[in-house]
Amino acid sequence: MKLSLGERVFQTANILVLGLIGLITIFPIYYVVIVSFTDPAEYLSKDLVLFPTNWSLDSYRYLLSTSAFPQALGVSAFLAVVGTACSLIVTSSLAYALSRKRMQGRRPIMLMILFTILFTPGIIPNYILVRELGLLNSLWAVILVSLSTGWFVILMRGFFQSIPESLDEAAAIDGCNDITAFFRIVLPLSMPAIAAFGLFFAVGYWNQYFNAMLYLNSPDKWPIQVLLQNMLVDASGSSMVSETFNQPPPSETLKMAAVVIAILPIVMVYPFLQKHFAKGAMVGSIKG
Amino acid sequence: MQKTELGHISGSGSASRETKKLRTRSSFISAVRKNRYLYLLALPGILYFLIFKYLPMWGIVISFQNYSPYAGVFNSNWVGFDHFRRFFSNPDFWLLFRNTMAINLLNLTLFFPLPIILSLLLNELRGVLYKRVLQSVFYLPHFLSWVIIFSLTFLMFSQGEGIINKMLVFFGQDPYPFLTDPNIFWFMLTGQSIWKEAGWGTILFLAAIAGIDQQQYEAAKMDGAGRLRQMWHVTLPSIRTVIVILLILRLGDMMDVGFEQVFLMYNGAVSHVAEVFDTYVYRVGIQQGQFSYSTAVGLFKSVVGLVLVLGANYLAKRAGEEGIY
Repeated sequence: MKLSLGERVFQTANILVLGLIGLITIFPIYYVVIVSFTDPAEYLSKDLVLFPTNWSLDSYRYLLSTSAFPQALGVSAFLAVVGTACSLIVTSSLAYALSRKRMQGRRPIMLMILFTILFTPGIIPNYILVRELGLLNSLWAVILVSLSTGWFVILMRGFFQSIPESLDEAAAIDGCNDITAFFRIVLPLSMPAIAAFGLFFAVGYWNQYFNAMLYLNSPDKWPIQVLLQNMLVDASGSSMVSETFNQPPPSETLKMAAVVIAILPIVMVYPFLQKHFAKGAMVGSIKG
Repeated sequence: MQKTELGHISGSGSASRETKKLRTRSSFISAVRKNRYLYLLALPGILYFLIFKYLPMWGIVISFQNYSPYAGVFNSNWVGFDHFRRFFSNPDFWLLFRNTMAINLLNLTLFFPLPIILSLLLNELRGVLYKRVLQSVFYLPHFLSWVIIFSLTFLMFSQGEGIINKMLVFFGQDPYPFLTDPNIFWFMLTGQSIWKEAGWGTILFLAAIAGIDQQQYEAAKMDGAGRLRQMWHVTLPSIRTVIVILLILRLGDMMDVGFEQVFLMYNGAVSHVAEVFDTYVYRVGIQQGQFSYSTAVGLFKSVVGLVLVLGANYLAKRAGEEGIY
């Protein structure tokens, strides 16, 4: 097809403009990686490092040799794995039950769950509840307060509605009750969707910052995001982080190595996340 | 039991209604009994929502008390609306309200149009591979935590270490305090939001664009419309409903400002432009221990937010209907 001159100009400009936006998007991530691999001495001595002459793994080596950093990674991994497992079990079983037409009274239960999306009592009542339950400074507090949300129940219920109820009847004839049918037949059948929901839960747990900061007091229970935030604002060298790192304030290259390690798992699951964007976009769209 | 009751009221006007009620109740119970394992399956989830989402709602009563952690909810003094009165007469109230509105309005004017423009431009790209690579890049920041976003902002903009200031110095300029200048704080927040979410925001518009009937473009081409005119006269009107609905829903969120984002960007130099409802509740409630007062502040925010969301949803539904016809 022949394009007019104006259209060709537009096409070229479009390619360039979008490319530029892409560069702006990717540059901070590129730069953080570069800084983290720069030799700390070179970073200090030079004004501007856009590409290091001396590559160095010193920052990473040092980070992983501390006790605090690997511990925080472990905490975040624990939250992501155990939290996701708990979230999936509780949310999927509830959503499945609510997707079955033979479950009477599911409308009021759905309304009850919908209302929790529209109205939240705020930070303080949640905090008091966690304290009354004796969960302060426990990792379970972080898992429990974000175990499930109305959005996930709605999305999962929508998915389970596509599984015909005749399947349950067949399972019942084979001697399954609803619980065994769910775990032995429905869940294995829905594995791709469950994996997708699991990924979104896991990213949420890995990125968990505020709840962890609110409920976890002792630094040995901090997940990676909280430790990272403390490293970043720690310019004075007087805080707990410096004590745990047992040295003057963490250098810039060290901080950026920590950022890169915190980004890494997200980048690793990103291709899988991308496959399931449609569902994620749905969450975003209802949220507005 | 059922039989004797039926015997008593038979013949009276309400009899049939009563029996119906009884019948539905007994059929409900038998349905529950028949599907008891299904209910058992739902039980942990229902308990979870009751304990972790509804029990805190009951904790709202402390906003009408002088709650003391030692006395507990049952033994604290009742003070009626005192905390609300105190909040509304406090200059802090107007500060929080102003900051919340300013951040949201900036978001609405600078952020909101960008995903639309971006998806229109992406739609015009001919190269499939280039388009896919760009989309992968645009969506990535959405999955990064606010702590990471803050780290990257620091690495870009901080006065001593930020690369932008290093470049300014390199070209003989003075470094600029991007992170501590209250005059540009709201713009910094908006910029962060744009970098993180504008790409992700294109997904819905691109989905709407993908659903446009190709015949409309053919017809426009027959009428001599070039690609730009097709974009203006076919693509844009086709996604107008989505735009309007998202805009209205966005208005429903006007009381909300991303808590983690503002909290992380907060520093002493910008405190008077950075304090919003949630950060205020955290500082006054958790850090200063004024539980009752801060719960009242949180409750005010939640109630106004609820009214806005319900209003917005109502409007969005109406707009949806009008958009279709």
